[in-house]
Amino acid sequence: MSEYSERLLVDAPRKNKTQRLRLIWLVLIPLVAILFQVYVSRFFHRLSYLELPLLITVHFALSERRPIPALAYGAVIGMIQDSLTNQPIGVFGIAKTLVGYFAASVSLRFDVENPVVTFILTFFFYFFHEFLHWVEVRALLGHPLSFDPQQTLLFGLLNATVSVPLYLVLDKLKVAA
Amino acid sequence: MEALLTRYRNLTVLLIAFFAQLVLIAFQVRTGKDVPLLRVWAITAVTPVEQALEFVRRNTIGVAENYFLLVGVRSENERLQKEVGQLKLKNHYLQTQLSTADRARALGVFQAQSPSKMLPARIIGTGTGTNSQVVFIDRGSGSEVEAGMAVITPDGIVGKVIDAYPTASLVMLVTDPSFAAGVISQKNHTRGTLKGQGQPQAIVDYVQNEQKVDPGEMFFTSGDDRIFPKGFPVGEAAVVKSGKIFKQIYIVPSAFQTGLEEVLVVLEGVHQPIPEMETPSAAMKMLPPPPDAAATAGQANAGISALSTDADRLKAEYKQLGETQKHVYGDGNTRAPDLTKIGQPPKPEVPAAATPAGPTATSLQPKSATNDANAGTTTPPKPNPLGAGAAATSPGQNPKPSATAAGLTPQVPKPKPVTGDATAASPGQKTKPPATDAGLTPQAPKPKPVTSDATAASPVQKPKPPATDAGLTPQALKPKPVTGDATAASPVQKPKPLATDAGLTPQAPKPKPANPDAATTLAKPKLRGPLLVTDPADANPELAAPANPPKPKQQNQ
Repeated sequence: MSEYSERLLVDAPRKNKTQRLRLIWLVLIPLVAILFQVYVSRFFHRLSYLELPLLITVHFALSERRPIPALAYGAVIGMIQDSLTNQPIGVFGIAKTLVGYFAASVSLRFDVENPVVTFILTFFFYFFHEFLHWVEVRALLGHPLSFDPQQTLLFGLLNATVSVPLYLVLDKLKVAA
Repeated sequence: MEALLTRYRNLTVLLIAFFAQLVLIAFQVRTGKDVPLLRVWAITAVTPVEQALEFVRRNTIGVAENYFLLVGVRSENERLQKEVGQLKLKNHYLQTQLSTADRARALGVFQAQSPSKMLPARIIGTGTGTNSQVVFIDRGSGSEVEAGMAVITPDGIVGKVIDAYPTASLVMLVTDPSFAAGVISQKNHTRGTLKGQGQPQAIVDYVQNEQKVDPGEMFFTSGDDRIFPKGFPVGEAAVVKSGKIFKQIYIVPSAFQTGLEEVLVVLEGVHQPIPEMETPSAAMKMLPPPPDAAATAGQANAGISALSTDADRLKAEYKQLGETQKHVYGDGNTRAPDLTKIGQPPKPEVPAAATPAGPTATSLQPKSATNDANAGTTTPPKPNPLGAGAAATSPGQNPKPSATAAGLTPQVPKPKPVTGDATAASPGQKTKPPATDAGLTPQAPKPKPVTSDATAASPVQKPKPPATDAGLTPQALKPKPVTGDATAASPVQKPKPLATDAGLTPQAPKPKPANPDAATTLAKPKLRGPLLVTDPADANPELAAPANPPKPKQQNQ
């Protein structure tokens, strides 16, 4: 039995398709997502809770369905995020590395083109990402960062809601390999 | 091993990536160093785009935003101006309400503190005509307001009620030309009549040019007009000029300076004293009054205060004399009083050796002439030469205030019995008091005014008051009584007070009334205004020319 033999949703329509984002988009989209987070939040503070780099990572992992590129993609985005903060590089990198890996791993078992599935997966990975980040900050850095589960769940729903149309837009940018 | 890595390649890569970043974090945390390369790359990749976005935003969205802001500014400006206008109106209304409340409270306090019965009223209108100087108040005969009642405010008088109607009253203001009221100035107590002029200023008429009124002096109602109770403020003298006969005093009614809205109608007025002038400089330290002044003021002297006139003192002395001798003035059935006893203590039975000369043993005894040269020394008490036994031996030498060189107030001088030698040596001489080195001013002997009853019996000398540099008024003392012998030899000796530099006023001897034998040789008192003063020099020119005044040392010899 192979690694992907036990699939919850078999015969996904994307299984046989090979659609990928172009390289330029792979560069620009995370950059725009990070810019959105660091720039737009200046004017709209409430949008600072929108974790677009995480959504991009999840989308890439779900689209690629290959754990290694997904974790690498997540690691790069995470480390760029770390570079724009005052915390050591690697905190967001580890979190997004794990998110990319597990997102790519579960994408083999779910029909990730289903909006409901993507909504749930995004909500889950947002919560997982925030929890992982909180553990890292407290365990590795020793900073007294608080973790509010209710607020995290609420923001998870917000990010999951945003992810549905965002993924549809990003899917439009894909081209056949 | 290779197959294992191939089979779990993804997991292996994950672990490698995980631990690599874990080590990276550990390295940064442990060493405190950063990974500048990654950070510089990230910032270099992000910030230019961020700058470009900011540039675009500033030149596009910012301009549009400013434009739309400017478009909205006009409407916002209009809205704000309208709001400011409403707020100004509201503020003005509230200030008016607050001012009204303050005035009402002030009226209430004034009404409660004043002993007069007053009725608050509000001015509801003015009389017709541009020069109308009457107002209507909302209280009339239904509120017990009657014509002739005074209308005031805590700041001053307003006018008087000239007509009282059931629901309103007509008040003539003090500025009305037909208005008049009696006033008195606060400082100089100059009386006059306040008259309206039809102008904001009123005039105080019938004040003689000789009377003193200072500009800025406050005028109060005198109560003479039977309308305004005494003691209510009227206004300050703005202009004071001398006229042909009367002064021209213009005052600004103090009640009109703050506007009139609420007034008080005096239903039952109670006269009040004119308030005292405020101390010019409250911060200036002032010494307590000298004990001599207190003793002088406190001495009985028939209950006359130190500020009373000579006529008052004389009246009190005659009253005391009448009580002592049980004589009732105006009653022809009683025996005529012995006016030679005026000024003597009520109980002359005290032995002469132990009785001081003056009315009080501490204040009005002249100092012995033998001590004039004894600087800084005080004279021990001397026997009273004016007693029954001493009267015959007294040559009538006037006492002299002693000179003190120590700068102290000379002790109350005791009248020294003048020896026959001294009397013989200088009969009729006017003794000249020595000049004091310390500048002390002795008290001038008090002249003895003579009333009609006592003129023939006891004319007295008038000693000249001392000239003081400080302008203090010396205590008026009674002239020393002159005995018959002394009178014959020297009818009147006029003691001269000391001229001092410091202006202090030591007590001077009080001249005693002369006996009937010498009465005819004494001067008559001279009436000056309200004060009765006697000046023997004025009455008898012979007395004005002093003979060689004996020097103190000569007297000792």
